[in-house]
Amino acid sequence: MAMEVTQILLNAQSVDGSIRKHAEESLKQFQEQNLPAFLLSLSSELANNEKPVDSRKLAGLILKNALDAKEQHRKNELVQRWLSLDMGVKAQIKAYLLQTLSSPVPDARSTASQVIAKIAGIELPQKQWPELIGSLLSNIHQLQPHVKQATLETLGYLCEEVSPQVVDQDQVNKILTAVVQGMNASEGSPDVRLAATRALYNALGFAQANFSNDMERDYIMRVVCEATLSPVVKIRQAAFECLVAISSTYYDKLASYMQDIFNITAKAVREDEEPVALQAIEFWSSICDEEIDILDEYGGDFTADSDIPCFYFIKQALPALVPMLLETLLKQEEDQDQDEGAWNLAMAGGTCLGLVARTVGDDIVPLVMPFIEENITKPDWRQREAATYAFGSILEGPSPDKLTRIVNVALNFMLTALMKDPNNHVKDTTAWTLGRIFEFLHGSTVETPIITPENCQQILTVLLQSMKDVPNVAEKACGALYFLAQGYEDVGPASPLSPYFQEIIQALLNVTHREDAGESRLRTAAYETLNEVVRCSTDETAPIVMQLVPVIMMELHQTLEGQKLSSDEREKQNELQGLLCGCLQVIIQKLGASETTKYAFLQYADQIMDLFLRVFACRNATVHEEAMLAIGALAYATGANFVKYMQGFYPYLEMGLQNFEEYQVCAITVGVVGDLCRALEDKILPFCDGIMTQLLKDLSSNQLHRSVKPPIFSCFGDLALAIGESFEKYLIYAMPMLQSAAELSAHAATADDEMLEYTNQLRNGILEAYSGILQGFKNSPKTQLLLPYAPHVLQFLDALYNEKDMDDTVMKTAIGVLGDLADTLGSHAGPLINQSVSSKDFLEECLSSDDHLIKEAADWAKLAISRAIAG
Amino acid sequence: MAPHDLRRPFKRPAISDQQRRRELALLRQAQQRSDSHNRARRLASSLLSLPAADQPPSSPEPILEDQPIQIEPASPEPEPEAPEAAPTRDLNAVQASKLKGLEARRWFARQLMLPEWMIDVPPHLDRDWYVFARPAGKRCFVVSSNGTTVSRLRNGSVLHQFPSLLPNGSRRKDLSGPAHSYCILDCIFHEPDQTYYVIDMVCWRGYSLYDCTAEFRFFWLNSKLAETGACNPPAVHHKYRFSVIPIYDCDHTGLQAAYTGTVPYVKDGLLFYNKHAHYQTGNTPLALVWKDVFSSQYFLDTDSTGQVPAQQQVVLELQDDGKLTTSDDPPVVFGCMDGEFLHKSNLRSGNLLRFAVRDESVRLHDGKLEILDLQFVAKSNRSRAFADSYSKVFFQYAARHSPLRIEDLIASIQPNLGDNSKTTDVDMDG
Repeated sequence: MAMEVTQILLNAQSVDGSIRKHAEESLKQFQEQNLPAFLLSLSSELANNEKPVDSRKLAGLILKNALDAKEQHRKNELVQRWLSLDMGVKAQIKAYLLQTLSSPVPDARSTASQVIAKIAGIELPQKQWPELIGSLLSNIHQLQPHVKQATLETLGYLCEEVSPQVVDQDQVNKILTAVVQGMNASEGSPDVRLAATRALYNALGFAQANFSNDMERDYIMRVVCEATLSPVVKIRQAAFECLVAISSTYYDKLASYMQDIFNITAKAVREDEEPVALQAIEFWSSICDEEIDILDEYGGDFTADSDIPCFYFIKQALPALVPMLLETLLKQEEDQDQDEGAWNLAMAGGTCLGLVARTVGDDIVPLVMPFIEENITKPDWRQREAATYAFGSILEGPSPDKLTRIVNVALNFMLTALMKDPNNHVKDTTAWTLGRIFEFLHGSTVETPIITPENCQQILTVLLQSMKDVPNVAEKACGALYFLAQGYEDVGPASPLSPYFQEIIQALLNVTHREDAGESRLRTAAYETLNEVVRCSTDETAPIVMQLVPVIMMELHQTLEGQKLSSDEREKQNELQGLLCGCLQVIIQKLGASETTKYAFLQYADQIMDLFLRVFACRNATVHEEAMLAIGALAYATGANFVKYMQGFYPYLEMGLQNFEEYQVCAITVGVVGDLCRALEDKILPFCDGIMTQLLKDLSSNQLHRSVKPPIFSCFGDLALAIGESFEKYLIYAMPMLQSAAELSAHAATADDEMLEYTNQLRNGILEAYSGILQGFKNSPKTQLLLPYAPHVLQFLDALYNEKDMDDTVMKTAIGVLGDLADTLGSHAGPLINQSVSSKDFLEECLSSDDHLIKEAADWAKLAISRAIAG
Repeated sequence: MAPHDLRRPFKRPAISDQQRRRELALLRQAQQRSDSHNRARRLASSLLSLPAADQPPSSPEPILEDQPIQIEPASPEPEPEAPEAAPTRDLNAVQASKLKGLEARRWFARQLMLPEWMIDVPPHLDRDWYVFARPAGKRCFVVSSNGTTVSRLRNGSVLHQFPSLLPNGSRRKDLSGPAHSYCILDCIFHEPDQTYYVIDMVCWRGYSLYDCTAEFRFFWLNSKLAETGACNPPAVHHKYRFSVIPIYDCDHTGLQAAYTGTVPYVKDGLLFYNKHAHYQTGNTPLALVWKDVFSSQYFLDTDSTGQVPAQQQVVLELQDDGKLTTSDDPPVVFGCMDGEFLHKSNLRSGNLLRFAVRDESVRLHDGKLEILDLQFVAKSNRSRAFADSYSKVFFQYAARHSPLRIEDLIASIQPNLGDNSKTTDVDMDG
């Protein structure tokens, strides 16, 4: 067998498809027939220095894939499978793996490192394999550099797989000691030093205690900074990566090192090779990210206590940092605007400059203006582009007061440059800068308008003309038009864009038809801008939007005509369908929102629905999602008449609800069920069995992304509100699910903000379900069916009140549920509410809330409760 | 441990338009969900802030019917507006209360379900509909709350404020039930016997019946109203009597009973209610009114002097663009006024205007009524809140030419053929 495995593993990499296929079959069979033997023979293969490197590598890879998978549910299965294997077998496999770390073959060692880390990720949380870290650390004292290197690499992977809580501080200390020693300049082997530096990157999360100790922190920082000066590029790069990670993990511990770090990064940015220089810039971008977050939390109120204080590193470094970044802007690559994957010094430097502007605001302006004035008219395109890019970068952050005067002067210059500059790169950046001007300095909230009736026409002329330029410039012009339109979103009935509306729409449609619209995402940009222009249209221009309906429908129709397409063409076709459905969705929502336009629009409803149903036949997630969103909007506009489409639409609705993999589609479909409930009301009843079945399946599935669960609960409420007491038959399924979810969410560990946000979404969904169900049963003789559930609802509200971590939305919904309970159950609810621990306090708190919506819901609850208690 | 990707978005907006579409859709859905929850709770909260209900019965609100001019700004010269948050409460109290009353009236004006006029007979009249004789009188909305009872006319103005035995309709706490309990009834006030005839129940003891079928509402009305003593003769704490009306299934017997039966009130046509319909505010085809000469003295519209004018008269609303429309949703356009005339006559959009219609200028096209020529008569009486509905114009036109007769109604109710037809459907066993 052992001989055979080698050959099969080699055959599985054969260039001959049939040999490969046969080998893959054999491996699959072997695995299915005897998993322990299979894994054992793979690990033995990997450990055997006599075997060819290719078979050993593949053996390791298959082992790794037998332990981990991307999809969470598959991953859980694999973990359970490993844990249930025979202890003896597992011990043997682990012994082979550890043995491989000493192999002279680098690929074998590296593969073994990864497999060991995967097993550690499974076993350490279970308190198994306690001797692993000890035995790895004992390797460190071996003299052979390649064993040391492999061991450090393994420790690095291990830190990536395992969470810090699983490893006790004593072992953490030993790991860090080994790693930092390996990084030290005195380490003779560059391979060991590189492995150690990369391992530190992953181990930083374990070093909380060590970073709080001044001496240990000083030592780690000294070693990292020294590593940035290593003669080996990869070590320097890895060391800067460590600095970037430290800047976000230990921002508050950096003060005493900043001067040194500035010197190191400045030298790297100016002199080092690009991969290193990029990391050095990233360090400052990352500091900006931290300070923007902290200042954001201060919310302008500098007395507010935040967990981490702002050290204003950027503000202090500003006089030296800005010139360093400005220099990078001159290092553009010729064709970076056509290359989607490009990332170079100029791009990183400009991006960092933008972040610096957001961090320090007004202070950046005087430091950048001389550079702009110096370079913007220079004959070398690099200088003109760098100046323009610098200008565009500082438009977000400083106050309009500081910028308006400058922008007023610059606007004409920019418009001319966009028309006349001979260089595409300059035009690209100029159009982008115009977009930034409109994004940040134009709109109803800006006091001194940049755009006046006088220059509006000129701006439009330039932008529309520029939309005929090369694709990357045209795309940026579309983007500028997007923000120009957005600024007029709430301008009132007479928009300054109205006189040009027809022209704008035509120009955008022309762009979508360009032969080269597939380049630089030009077509997408044109449709996105068209959408924004429609969103910002007014009553005056509604007739033009109406004319757009048959145009877009015809385009969509054409994509559905059944020509045979290559897979590449089909992908493009799908993309276009997605854009067209998105556009129709925006139009439907716009025209459907006003009574005056709704009726005229609805003449197209039949045809549009027909198109959407045909779109569903093309199985593509993005298109599905867009069409689904559009149908939600259509249902809202159509109201009860939508019932005539239900027969045809229902299969696709069900399909959407079953789409676990593309959970966005599932989530959107759940939302559309809500739209249907409100449009159809009790006419949705015939479809409820199917819908409820799918929703219940979704909730019980461990495959479904958690973010879909809150909307599913809300959807229960929508259904109950629509069909009233007919919801009776679903109570026995829905209520227990709501109860257990309520218990979980009431006391969920809400350690981090993200988890707290999710928990509150879940709570809100559950409460909306209760609200809908209670209101749905109001005035029904079957109200008493809800009585048994009432104590639990009240307990849930008590628990929420006591946890004190509800957000305003949950608070509003929760107090509403209290009112609904009293309102629907009437006198039966009185005693229950009287007995409940905190209803009264909760109500009082809501009644005195500053939030209008909470207070309104509380007023209602108070009224309903007083009736229930009195009668 | 490959180096991590440090590329950041470059010259791109932070958020994609697709994500924006998604978020806007979610926002819309959340808003609409919140709206539908609020709708179920709305009436209660609106009543909470109702000014009339807050006042003690000893100082009744002036009966504003006498000042209908207040519904719209009366004069072109601007009235001095109440200064916001003025501390001189005594000076502005009257004005402020009027303003509140105006808001309340406008609100109430939109709360009644308004039957369409029957221009053809709906299918399944016998199966799906109720019929009853409409009492002649003023349609009004009666609200009892906080120890008083207020009735308001269709235009929202107060008809009476009085104590009643309705729940919480007077200050006699022993009978009124829970302090915040309230009722809303849809009534017709019948002058001759000073009685409120209740034709529908909208809210009872704080429970909204808006979303209940007519079948349930009528059942509730008949079982609950009498319990309170509201149908008793007037007394100190009960100024007006309330009464239910006999409601029939619209089969042969029911229709005959409603049409010819004796009732204690003067009849004004027949009302037909679809059994499955909810209480829907505004014009609805699920409640219908029908009249003929026998059942109503108001078969043909009369003018202010009680005379039937020689030509049919219609009241239409003037829109921004000069179009003249009915009160329907969506409105039906019957004509247009030219700008010059509007300018000269000082008419503004929102004005209700009365027109005469010559017979020969009316055309029926595909079952739709069109008017080729409208002759302007005058601005309508200011106490009106709405223009005529399309069905009313149509009914009045038909009434003058080929009215829908009671015989047509009876004929539409097919004798039950079901049992007979069954006999022809015999299984052939050979």
